[in-house]
Amino acid sequence: MKIAALGIDVGSTTIKMVAVNSVGEMVWNHLEQVDPRVEKQVDSFLEKLRNEIKSLEGIPLVATGYGRNLVQQAVKNITEITCHTRGVYHQLGHGGTLIDIGGQDSKVVVIGAEGQVLDFAMNDKCAAGTGRFLENSAARMHIPVVEMGFVALSATEEVTISSTCTVFAESEIISMLAQGIEVEPILMGLHRSLVKRVTAMVRSVGLAPPLLLSGGVVKNPAIRKVIEDETKEKVFIPEHPQLMGAYGAALFALGIK
Amino acid sequence: MGMTASLKYYWNVKVTGQPFLYWQRRQAERYPRIPSRWRMDILSPPLRIGARTKELISRHYLEGRYASGHRPVAWVTSGGPVEILQALGFYVLYPENHGALCGVRGAVVELSGMAENAGYSTDICSYARTDIGSVLSGKTPVGHLPKPDLLLACTNICQTVLYWYRVLARHFEVPLILIDTPFVYTKVSDHALGYVKKQLENSISISEQVAGCRLDYRHLKQIIRLSKDATELWQEIISRGRHQPAPISVFDQFIHMAPIVEMRGKKETVYFYAELLRELDENIAKGKGAVRNERKRLLWDNLPIWYRLRYLAEYLGEHGICVVSSTYTNAWGELASLMNSEKPLESIARTYISPILNQGTKYKLDTMKRMVKEFQLDGVILHSDRSCKPYSIGQIDQRNKLIQEFGIPALLLEADHDDPRAYADEQVASRLASFVEMLDD
Repeated sequence: MKIAALGIDVGSTTIKMVAVNSVGEMVWNHLEQVDPRVEKQVDSFLEKLRNEIKSLEGIPLVATGYGRNLVQQAVKNITEITCHTRGVYHQLGHGGTLIDIGGQDSKVVVIGAEGQVLDFAMNDKCAAGTGRFLENSAARMHIPVVEMGFVALSATEEVTISSTCTVFAESEIISMLAQGIEVEPILMGLHRSLVKRVTAMVRSVGLAPPLLLSGGVVKNPAIRKVIEDETKEKVFIPEHPQLMGAYGAALFALGIK
Repeated sequence: MGMTASLKYYWNVKVTGQPFLYWQRRQAERYPRIPSRWRMDILSPPLRIGARTKELISRHYLEGRYASGHRPVAWVTSGGPVEILQALGFYVLYPENHGALCGVRGAVVELSGMAENAGYSTDICSYARTDIGSVLSGKTPVGHLPKPDLLLACTNICQTVLYWYRVLARHFEVPLILIDTPFVYTKVSDHALGYVKKQLENSISISEQVAGCRLDYRHLKQIIRLSKDATELWQEIISRGRHQPAPISVFDQFIHMAPIVEMRGKKETVYFYAELLRELDENIAKGKGAVRNERKRLLWDNLPIWYRLRYLAEYLGEHGICVVSSTYTNAWGELASLMNSEKPLESIARTYISPILNQGTKYKLDTMKRMVKEFQLDGVILHSDRSCKPYSIGQIDQRNKLIQEFGIPALLLEADHDDPRAYADEQVASRLASFVEMLDD
């Protein structure tokens, strides 16, 4: 394994590291739940990599994500918007409108034909429209996060969750469960509610097709389906949607556009 | 008006207070001191005029402290037609400016909390909550606010003021003059103008009754002239942002705009702005910019975020970005041409019906477009202000139109002008950082 550059994405829920070779191919990656002691965790990531390739001497590391400023080992810090854009553009080879649904915030980025950021929007400080919205709701219904998308897709009908606020949605769910409504239609309604928040952001910047998706929540198949439903656009997802920030950071470290 | 109150006023304001503030200012001018936390590496030293700004604002609140019983006191909205009140000798207090000062001094959460405890919703404008909280608790960072004898609210900035001032009128049990300015969709109609003029005429008798004297029209004309001169000077000052590097950033403008808002119609305001203009011209001649390494130039839309002025100035300055113009500071200058001392009431009506917030959203868009061209801007920050709905409405469309027409990035930044609880540090930092990267791309 020949590593030329490293990128690390310290998000609000997960921390991701990607290594690329001299032509920008992803040759190694690692992902963990983020620890409050980020610096130690980054050290352990580097140690893990060192076990595989002996020396990291001279290999540049670029950090992105909310915790990017905590990565002392990085030569540069770049925002998630720019890194996701670089990662997705490099992997898919074209621009479009990128939706990145993260744990703490969601972003919509319009990527130009040359891979440049033309415009972006992010959710306000409320957690509606983010992965946290689904996580909280899943916890309330005792359904593991990884399964919730599949459960939602098995629904034969759907209920409307009118609240976009995470806290209000939770009380809405409680009252629905109390009325004896099944879990599946509620879950489908929750996905719709989240996606509607996100598509409102898409409208605010204007949708420039094709529609691209990245971020951890994309692993949830219901999200993709509901986004396609709502936007009437075909959605394209890179191979490692959750690693796009770290991948973009690594490409920056390499100096590849 | 009482003899004791007048004696107290003369002693505390004229004999001791003002000379002390003057001495303090002279000392500050003679031995200028740069605040220890000032980022000299990225920002030019503070403007010399700062000492005078401090003196003017302190003097204004000092006068207010001892005004009750000596002079009639009026509380007015920032866009209120104050010239009539000034001519009748009122001490005029602007609760919104006081609210801004509370924002800068970090007192809003406490004061607003007092209003919220009394049942006022957090959805109400933070200026109103701060003011009501201050009224209910008697607390203020400026020591003491004089009780009003008269209230004047003008709807040319928003409808909130109508309800806010009704609360004040009930609390203080004083007359409320309401000047209702019909919204201007395309141009000011004659009947709207006549309607406002009629209200102004009606307001004179109430104001005269409270002041206990007759309005001297010659004096009113003089006050309008002073208002016009100060406004024209302010317009000149903000137009200096066209120079590259800009000698004044909007963050400086926000601080130094206090006199044009709360001291219109006064001689010292004219002297103050003439002096500031001179300082800026000196700095232009020396090639001195507000941001040392100005690389990019931005426009700011909407009210400032009072409690984060320093952070924003430093963060952007660090990246060589100077915010050189704003629709907000421009609003206090662009009406100068409408003031005409020869037609006092008609020109007051025309001036106060025309502020940016009383006009269609296209007017603001056109203003921003003009600024992007005139100031040669590289981007726009639109502060989506939770408290100021009339200013924030239409911003998404305005932002998109600017991007389309000029191909420059524009950022919508969600916050509140006065309430830090509606502001998320990390989220703002993240958006700003991405925006800066876009500017550099």
